[in-house]
Formats: sequence, C-alpha cells, structure tokens
Amino acid sequence: MNFFDFYRQDRWPHMFCPGCGVGTVMNTFYRAFAESGLDQNKTVFVAGIGCSGRIPGYIRADSLHTTHGRPLAFAGGIKVANPKLKVVVFTGDGDLGAIGGNHFINACRRNIELTVICINNYIYGMTGGQASTTTPRDLLSSTTPFGNREYPFDLSEVAVAAGANYVARWTTFHVKQMTKSMHKALLKDGLSFVEIASQCPTQFGRRNDLNSAREVFDWLKSNSVPRSKARDLSEDHLDLNLMGKITVGEFVERNRESYMKAIGVMK
Amino acid sequence: MQGDEASVEGAIHAGCRFFAGYPITPATEIAERMAKRLREADGVFLQLEDEIAAIAAIIGASWTGTKAMTATSGPGFSLMQENLGYACMTETPIVIIDVQRGGPSTGQPTRAAQGDVMQARWGSHGDYETIALAPNSVQEMFDLTIEAFNLSEKYRVPTIVLSDADIGHMRGTFVVSNSIDITDRKYHLKPVSYNAFAYDENLIPNFPKFGEGHRVHITGLTHDISGYPKTTDPKVHEALVTRLVNKIRLHRNNICRAEIINPQAEKLIVAYGSPSNSVYEVLNERADIGLFRPITVWPFPEEKLRESAQYAKKILVLEMNMGQLYWEVERIARQSPCEKIELFTKLGGDVHAPDEILERCA
Repeated sequence: MNFFDFYRQDRWPHMFCPGCGVGTVMNTFYRAFAESGLDQNKTVFVAGIGCSGRIPGYIRADSLHTTHGRPLAFAGGIKVANPKLKVVVFTGDGDLGAIGGNHFINACRRNIELTVICINNYIYGMTGGQASTTTPRDLLSSTTPFGNREYPFDLSEVAVAAGANYVARWTTFHVKQMTKSMHKALLKDGLSFVEIASQCPTQFGRRNDLNSAREVFDWLKSNSVPRSKARDLSEDHLDLNLMGKITVGEFVERNRESYMKAIGVMK
Repeated sequence: MQGDEASVEGAIHAGCRFFAGYPITPATEIAERMAKRLREADGVFLQLEDEIAAIAAIIGASWTGTKAMTATSGPGFSLMQENLGYACMTETPIVIIDVQRGGPSTGQPTRAAQGDVMQARWGSHGDYETIALAPNSVQEMFDLTIEAFNLSEKYRVPTIVLSDADIGHMRGTFVVSNSIDITDRKYHLKPVSYNAFAYDENLIPNFPKFGEGHRVHITGLTHDISGYPKTTDPKVHEALVTRLVNKIRLHRNNICRAEIINPQAEKLIVAYGSPSNSVYEVLNERADIGLFRPITVWPFPEEKLRESAQYAKKILVLEMNMGQLYWEVERIARQSPCEKIELFTKLGGDVHAPDEILERCA
C-alpha cells in the first residue's frame, strides 16, 4: 500500500484550508495504518460532522459519513454486527465533546472495540469559528466576542475516567509520537482514543492574535506540557487547560475486558 | 402472547439479527424479548444510551448486511427523526416499531394514541418518503413486522410499524403460516469500480455491503451516483431527492394494502389500528356500513379509497388524535360525490366504543 492507494486521489484537491492540521493527521494516520498490517478492504471509516468528518471521504475504503455527534453510535453498530471489520472513527471537539458527549462517555465505558481519532482544534471550524467545549478560557471565538467564560473539557481525561483501554494526546507538532500512538491504538483491543491538538488558523488563530498557521502551531508546541510534568505544574492539572496549556503523552494503557467479549459476541 | 412480543417473533422470522434500543413504555417488552430471543437466534441485542444511538447503531449494522430493527414510543421516535432522515438519504433498510402513546411530550406513557401518524411521514426535515404499516391485532404485529422487513429490504427505505399501546399490550394467539415470503435486499456482488448509487428503471440501487472491497463512501450529504458529496449543484440534489421520493411512488400499487369490507356501502368508516377493532363489532350488526382500513398508512392507499368513496354518502374517520390521516382521507374523498366527511376523535387512551360509532353513523 502506498499513500496514493490509501487516499482517493479522484477526490483531490481536498477542502481543508491552507495550514490546517488535518493534513498532518492524515499523513501520520496513513503511516500508522500502513504499518499496522490491517486490511483496507476490511476496515470501515466512520465520521460525524465538521472538518474532521470529511477525512473518511478521502480514504479509499468503505466509509460512513454520519450525522453530527453520532459517529460512535453508528460505528458501534457496524463493529458489533460484523466483528471481523476494523472500525475507525474520525471526530472533532464539537462532534465528540458537545453534541456527541453522551455517546463518547458510554462508548468508553463499554470499552467497545473502536479506534477513535479526535482532532481537537478548539473551535467549530466548518461553521465559522464558534466556541466549542474545549475552547480555552478567555479566548475569543465568533460566539464569545468578549472571551470564553466557560471551563473547557479535557477529552482525554474524560476517556480515561470513562474506561477506554488506550488514551493518548499529542499536538500536530508531535508527529513521531502521534504516529506511534495511532499505531498502538489501531492494534489495541477495546476502545482506543487518540486526541490530536491541531491548528485551525482560519477560525481559531485569526481571532486570537495568532496570525498564521505557523503561529498557531507554535502556540500548540510551546504550550504542550508532558503528562509527567503536568501534575507538578498545577495543583489540579485540569487547571492547565483553562490557560490553554495542553497535557500531552500517553494517558492510559490497560487491558480492561472489551465490550464484545464481555457481551459474548466474540469468543 | 402480547402484541409487542409477537412483533419480536415476526422480526426473527424475517431474519432480523440485530436489535438496538432504549427502554420506553409501552414498547419495552419488545427489547426485553429481543434480549433473550436474539441470543438464541445467534444475533445481537444492544441496550444503548438513548434512542439516537439506537437508530444510529441499527443503520450501522444494516451496512454490514444485517437485518436490523429498533422499537420505541413517541418520545423516542421524536429523538430518532434526524437519523431516520439519514437512513432515507443513504437508502439504508431498517425497521422501527413505534408503539404509540399519548402525547405531546411525555404525555400518557401507558395509554394508546395515534399521534405519530404524521411524524412517521414528515418527522425528519427535507423531502422523502417512508413506508408505515398499522397493525390492529397480535397476528398483525407478527405479520406486519415481517412485511416491514420485506418492504424495507426491497425498497431500501426505513419502514415503520405504527402500533399503539393497546395493540402492543393486547394478548392473543397468532398463526405462523407455512408459506411466509421473505425478501432480502439486492446486493452488489462483485467488488468492482462502479457508481454505488447507479440505478435502473426501478429506481432502487443495489446495496454495497461494507467489508466486501467495494470501498464505497456513504454520506447524508447530497451525493451523486458515485456516493461522493456534491452539495451545491442544484441538479444533483433535485435528481437525488426526486428519485428517493419516486422510488416509493412508482411502486405504490405494490406496496399499498387496505382491508375493505362492504366497499359499496353508503356509510363508510375509515379506521386503522385499535379503533378498527370496534368497527368490526359495528359491522356485525349493520350491513349498510362499510369499513376502509388502510394497512399501509404511508403510502396511503389512495386509489383504493377513491373507489370506495364513489358509493359513500357519508365517510366517518376514526382516529385517536385530533385529525391526522383525516386530512388525507378528506383530500381524496373530496374528489367523489360524497359531501359528508367527518372526523371522530378520541383522545386520552380510550378507543371509540361501537355504540358511539353507530350514533355518529346515524
């Protein structure tokens, strides 16, 4: 398999903005998938709505572009109805943390055999830059013109608390670590969750004095704190999120019984 | 057996091997029996976090080529509407059993109603057609659940069984015939490079099951026959939506079913679901009264009603709502000489009593 077999060339040029972090995620995902030995014909890619939701439309495999927030529920149906298929979900902070929050925590709780890649760009990119559940405190968006006053979600911590078997977060700067985590996630039993903090220069950067893709990228990079250090830096490392700090690293790697084994679908 | 339970047996008979649901009165018995019966039938039962997840999961399951179903009542049916539209747009065969209760909102969990008739037709946004069947007995909960699967598979459309709390909780016997027809969807057999939504004069594309190397992209966005999104070309949208609607309208004579007793009667009662059972009692006493019972509520058996309406001097429509199917009947019957087209509403869960019906027929 090469890059051009993996992606649908007939769909190019893609619709992502110049400088968007999705390109990095797609590139690293291809590398992780190619190394995993998984069969493209036996893998289904599922997505919800938003920029991240468009990724499966560019992958040359069976793919289901679903309704907003619901990809995990659709994906679960596919996986349990045909356990021989590998099912990968692409989602974003709006899709997963807001409208799809209920499906997210329950999919993690069940530890269902899905790989979930979440591109967290801290904003609703496709609809024009509204605040999301992960927008850091005081930052600007089209719906928080005076600064975001809500506390942001830490999606990876939610996944850990709810019961996922593998959770890691990196930024688009951490290409090597991200590739390794995606590779691990693809081969992990149970629910595996990789969150990528990603730059949205068009909607997020522009409103927050980060005037190019490079500046957002540097913001992600310089605000990343390894998980090992995060607890020393603040009393409760969730506080880091409020300031726009990003805890990166592997959050959990464990072997809780996965869903289909538990309910007897797969022996 | 209860009507709800008979529906489960019908589903298993039709080949249903996947159920996802969320508990709700008066449909819970369906999930409970499915939990047991699907294990025995080597299928999968899932209880999910809400009705949105339930319909999403059965759509996902259907794309693996598995016959899949959910069951709910009004509040859950409301939650399912967005993904019901998704199933229409992606032409995914699924079956939904809606055991209707009094609404709006939480309403009357344990009392029967027929308030979801228009929701079954128009509940999701945009233009589309669904099929909805209205059983009036335990036997029909069995038969019409099978029929729902057959129609859904054949036309690649979500099919709804519009039951109600009385029929769902009614106890009775049912007969399993030796010759039940089971329809399966037509699959794309060979994984080749093709347009996944190409269609012939029947307007129904073959189904490309996931995991067979088709590498197909399925989206709720407006798409052309390749399956790829094409959202700004008016012609692509018009062609798609017109076909989604016409694939049902073209076949309406094969889909539509009605029970008609004394078709040439001067007084014609139109009733479906629970109230139609009261009409049988009325007909035992009065040969001058006829019954028109749509079994397919959507598409409405229009031609059949038009025929009967020619003879009627008065048409009385019984509904456990403030008038939903009444307007469909009125629209069709207005084309006949009949001038009296009346609605007899019952709200609160009681059905129309035979003597009340006789009074209104006078």
